[in-house]
Amino acid sequence: MKKSIVLIVCIVLSAHSFAQKFYTKNGLVSFYSKATVEDITADNNEVLSVINTATGDMQFSLLNTGFHFKKALMEEHFNEDYMESDKYPKSTFKGKITNLSAINFTKDGIYNTAVTGDLTMHGVTNTITTNGIITIKNGAVSATSKFKIKLTDYKIVIPSVVKNNIAETIDITVSCNYPNKL
Amino acid sequence: MFKKILPILFCLACVSVKTMAQDTTDMLKQLETDSAKQTIVYTKATFKTTRLINGHSVETTAPGVLDVRIDHRFGYVSSGGYNLFGLDESNVRIGFDYGLTKTLMVGVGHTANQKTYDFLAKLKILRQSTGKVNMPVTVDYVPTFAINTLKVFPAIQNFSDRLSLANVLIIGRKFSDNLSLQIMPAYIIKDKVLSPVYDHCIAIGVGGREKISKHTSIDAEYYYQLPGTQDPGTTNVFSIGVDIETGGHVFQIHLTNTQGMTDKAFIAETTGKWGNGDIGLGFNISRVFNVSAKSKNTPWH
Repeated sequence: MKKSIVLIVCIVLSAHSFAQKFYTKNGLVSFYSKATVEDITADNNEVLSVINTATGDMQFSLLNTGFHFKKALMEEHFNEDYMESDKYPKSTFKGKITNLSAINFTKDGIYNTAVTGDLTMHGVTNTITTNGIITIKNGAVSATSKFKIKLTDYKIVIPSVVKNNIAETIDITVSCNYPNKL
Repeated sequence: MFKKILPILFCLACVSVKTMAQDTTDMLKQLETDSAKQTIVYTKATFKTTRLINGHSVETTAPGVLDVRIDHRFGYVSSGGYNLFGLDESNVRIGFDYGLTKTLMVGVGHTANQKTYDFLAKLKILRQSTGKVNMPVTVDYVPTFAINTLKVFPAIQNFSDRLSLANVLIIGRKFSDNLSLQIMPAYIIKDKVLSPVYDHCIAIGVGGREKISKHTSIDAEYYYQLPGTQDPGTTNVFSIGVDIETGGHVFQIHLTNTQGMTDKAFIAETTGKWGNGDIGLGFNISRVFNVSAKSKNTPWH
C-alpha cells in the first residue's frame, strides 16, 4: 500500500517537475510548388509553436496571410482564391511525438522523431504522420521536418487555367527554434 | 487512512497528466491571442485593380510592379447605325503605373481625346487593417496633373491655360470578401482649352464592387458635380461594368456616358446623357510586370 502511494506521489511530482514547455513565436514554415511553368515558394516566419517535453505534445499555429511570396500577385491569389484567408485565417497542427522515449530533452544530441497529428487548413482537418529531427544543443530545442500535402485533400481547387503553374502536391518545410522555456 | 488518500492521489495524477495535455493547447491559444494583438493585418484586394471603372480605386500597384494599362472607349450608341452605334469611333489612353512603395504609386499616360498627357500619384494615407491597429477604412489621395495639348481656334496663348489638376480623396472599405464600397470627394482645377464657365469643379463620387465569383465582379461608379461648379451642358458620369481577372491580367468592360479617361475629363467635362442613349462601350486592360529586384526580394505586404 505504502509503495503504491509513494509511486503515485512520484508520478504527480515528476509530471510537474518535468512539465517543460518550449515555445516560439518566430518559427518558419515554407512551401514549395514545382510545376511545369513556374516554381513557387513562400515563407512564413511568424509561426507559433509549443512543444511539451513531458507529454510529447507538439502544436503549431500560423496565419495564412503571413506567407510572403516573390510576386505580389501570387500572394494575393494565394489568400483570395486558394486559401480564402478571410474565411479561414489560420492553419494549425496539433500532434504528438510518437517516439518520445527515444528523445532525451536534457541531453545534447540529434534525435529522429516521428509525429502524428491533425493538420487543419482551409477548413479541412486531416491526420498526418511525418518524420522530423529534434536537435538539443546546450539545452536549446530546435525541430525540423519536411512533408508533402495534396491540395485536393484540403479542398483547395486550382482552376484549369493555372494547372501548369501550381503543383498538385506541395512540399512543406518546418523549421523552428524554441528559444523560450516555461 | 491510506485507502482514503489513494484514490485522491490517483485522481491528482490523472488530472496533472490531463492538464499538461490541455496546457499545450491553452498555451498555443495564449500565443495566438498575444500575436494577434501585436500584428497588424492589412486588408488585401479591396478591388481587383487600381481603377474602379473610369476613376481610381483605393488599390495601388505593389512596389516594384509595373502596370501597363490600355483603356479604350467606343463612341455613343446614340451616334446611330452609320457609326455602327459608336463602334466606329475609338478613343484610347495608354498608361504606365509603377509602385514605388507599398503606399505610393506613380503613373503617366496619354489620352488621344483632347491630346492629353497626365501624370498622377496615389498615396495611401490610411490602410484598412485589424489586429494591433484597427482601421476601418483605407484613405488615398490621388492628384492627377494633366496637360491638354489639343489645337484649338483661337489658339491658346498661355501654356498655363492648358494645365489642370484633379485632387481626389478616396475613402474605401472592404465590407466583406465580396462587397467593397468607396466615396470619392474631388476638387478639380480645369484647363481653359474648352473655355469652361467655371475654372474649378467640386464633385463627390460613390462606387463599389460586388464579386460574383472568385475572378469576376460587378462594379458601378457615379460622380456628382456640386451645383455652382458644374459647367452648363455637362452631365454627371455614371458607369457600370464587369471586372474579369485572369492571372496577371485584369479586363474591365463597362458602359459609360463619358469619353474622358483622366479624372478631370470624366468628372467635369462629360456631356453624354444616359437617357438619350449617349452610352459608350469601354474597356480597360491591365497587365502587371514584376520589373524591379525589389519586388522579388522583399515582402511587399
